[in-house]
Amino acid sequence: MSNRVVNILVPLISVVLGLLVGGIIMVVSGYDAIDGYIALWNGIFGDAYSIGNTIRQITPYILSGLAVAFAFRTGLFNIGVEGQLLMGWLAAAYVGYAIEGLPRIIHLPLALLAAAAAGAFWAFIVGFLKAKLHVHEVIASIMLNYTALYLTNAAIKSLSDGSFKTPTVLESATLRNQWLREITDNSSLHLGIFVAILMVVVMWFILEKTTRGYELKSVGFNKNAAEYAGMNVNRNIILAMTISGVFAGLGGAMEALGTYQNASIKAAASGIGFDGIAVALLGANNPIGVFFGASLFGSLKYGALNMPNAAGIPEEIVSIIIAVIILFVASGYILRVALEKFGKKKEGK
Amino acid sequence: MSFLEVLYFIVPSALLYATPLILTGIGALFSERAGVIGLGVEGLMIVGAFTGIYINLEYYADFGKNVIWLALLAALLAGAVFSLIIAVAAVTFRADQTVTGVAVNMLAAAITVFLVKLIYGKGQTDMVSAPLQRFEIPYLSDIPFLGPLLFQNVYSTTIIALIVAVGAWFVLYKMPFGLRIRSVGEHPMAADTMGINVAKMRYIGVMISGALAGVGGASLAMTSSGDFSGSTVAGQGFIAIAAMIFGKWHPLGTLGAALFFGLAQTLSIGGGNIPFVQDIPSVILQVLPYVLTILALAGFIGKAVAPKASGVPYIKGKR
Repeated sequence: MSNRVVNILVPLISVVLGLLVGGIIMVVSGYDAIDGYIALWNGIFGDAYSIGNTIRQITPYILSGLAVAFAFRTGLFNIGVEGQLLMGWLAAAYVGYAIEGLPRIIHLPLALLAAAAAGAFWAFIVGFLKAKLHVHEVIASIMLNYTALYLTNAAIKSLSDGSFKTPTVLESATLRNQWLREITDNSSLHLGIFVAILMVVVMWFILEKTTRGYELKSVGFNKNAAEYAGMNVNRNIILAMTISGVFAGLGGAMEALGTYQNASIKAAASGIGFDGIAVALLGANNPIGVFFGASLFGSLKYGALNMPNAAGIPEEIVSIIIAVIILFVASGYILRVALEKFGKKKEGK
Repeated sequence: MSFLEVLYFIVPSALLYATPLILTGIGALFSERAGVIGLGVEGLMIVGAFTGIYINLEYYADFGKNVIWLALLAALLAGAVFSLIIAVAAVTFRADQTVTGVAVNMLAAAITVFLVKLIYGKGQTDMVSAPLQRFEIPYLSDIPFLGPLLFQNVYSTTIIALIVAVGAWFVLYKMPFGLRIRSVGEHPMAADTMGINVAKMRYIGVMISGALAGVGGASLAMTSSGDFSGSTVAGQGFIAIAAMIFGKWHPLGTLGAALFFGLAQTLSIGGGNIPFVQDIPSVILQVLPYVLTILALAGFIGKAVAPKASGVPYIKGKR
């Protein structure tokens, strides 16, 4: 079997295994697995409203997935997407409600830009610490996740005079679109999906069509070789983290300007950043792969909400399935060995 | 409040918050010292917290107040068994350890809430009838000043945690077993050459982390919250990892860092009543553990260096 086929087969097999494990857990727990999966399917594709909300759920997943994937390509593990996303969320909400009197054509891009800048700044810190002071990016970004959570909570509290959420963003900064809502039966689908798809293209373009992207990938493949070839490894590390943070910050903007129209105090992380790791892993850190990975996980997450009502099954079953899928993809080595043996047997016949 | 009153309030409370951090931090330390990244301890704590509360609720009728010991033991076993997922993926299947840790955290959070809904039909359990109780240590509590400060309001788990921390130091630095654990985390190939079974030592390290994090989670749930829900652990595992790093991957350093982070949590939660502290915005105390960890890693507070082979799968015969 060629490498390429194996690379596509591993995630596919993992998804199938994950769904199987989920089915087994449902049966063992005394639930009807068929009913469960039918409820899941209907929760995703049941009607126009569900489809609209599913696409809305996929939107931030695409961006958090891109953020993780982009850093991965440069050999960095950005586990801090969560924190960068929260910073972007707050920045977008603030610019969205505080700046008045701008036309939408300026205000909306400005709010998106603010989110991108906030996310980029938060990720830049990680890149800087890694490049200049050799602080491992995983630990630094986990610590910054919690720092961001508490900082944004405190900021929201003081911005809203003690309330738990900021004022609603202005009409001129919203991503909501009447037509999109109408064709999906008043779902909360918004224009963000186009921003996300545009970013898929942007990531592809940076990595495949620019010199800088070539350098970033080279650093990811082999730091020493890249340095020997005259590339500035440290600068590329910082740049990669910063660009990754742009994607993450925009993910936050999707929530601030699209789904929720504000920023609110959170008891814990939103989970979108951590799910981004799953998305990137499933999508093999490839922009198109991320798009499909986000579509799968976003659909599962939204469809799961239908399971308690329609089949009496707790929606957490889907988080279990996603975690199992990640474990299988991460353990790709063993799947590869199995596939190779299987392939050899066939050839032997 | 007078200064003494403040101290008598802060110190026992800081010890309470520090207890799960010490247990879990030492757990993560064993895993990392053996060369497997300890990111999964958050999930292992969640498993321990759920198990502890479940056993406490279900067997209170049979055992009365003593059910807490059964609950702690069950949490220890549950944590150790659940950590096998990390061990199998990271050691045997050579999976990316950071990803494995993240996945295990997600899995633990989802499975426990799923089970709570399955068993109790709602998102969180009832309050336990037998939470961990504070008690007085006889004689020692009569010592002036130190008595009320340290010995009048003690949790048994705090004492266990202190013993575990000192015991971990003894095991890791004074016993052959500890040397083997450390060697497979620093230079697995050299250890392998000397006849040490790298995979076995790593399995043991991970399972110790599971057992300790399980107890840590149960102790957290049976003191602070008294019930179990999706937000019982809420990042304490990550603070424990921070304590381990801030403590420079050393048991006694981890103990000190965990105590300090316990103090920071006490001040951020209960600081409103304390003079001076009430003037500090609570957000500063909340982010303190995380910012200090970054500074420690950046070398501003002495250099913290991870075990050399932590996170690298060991493949025989590969240089």
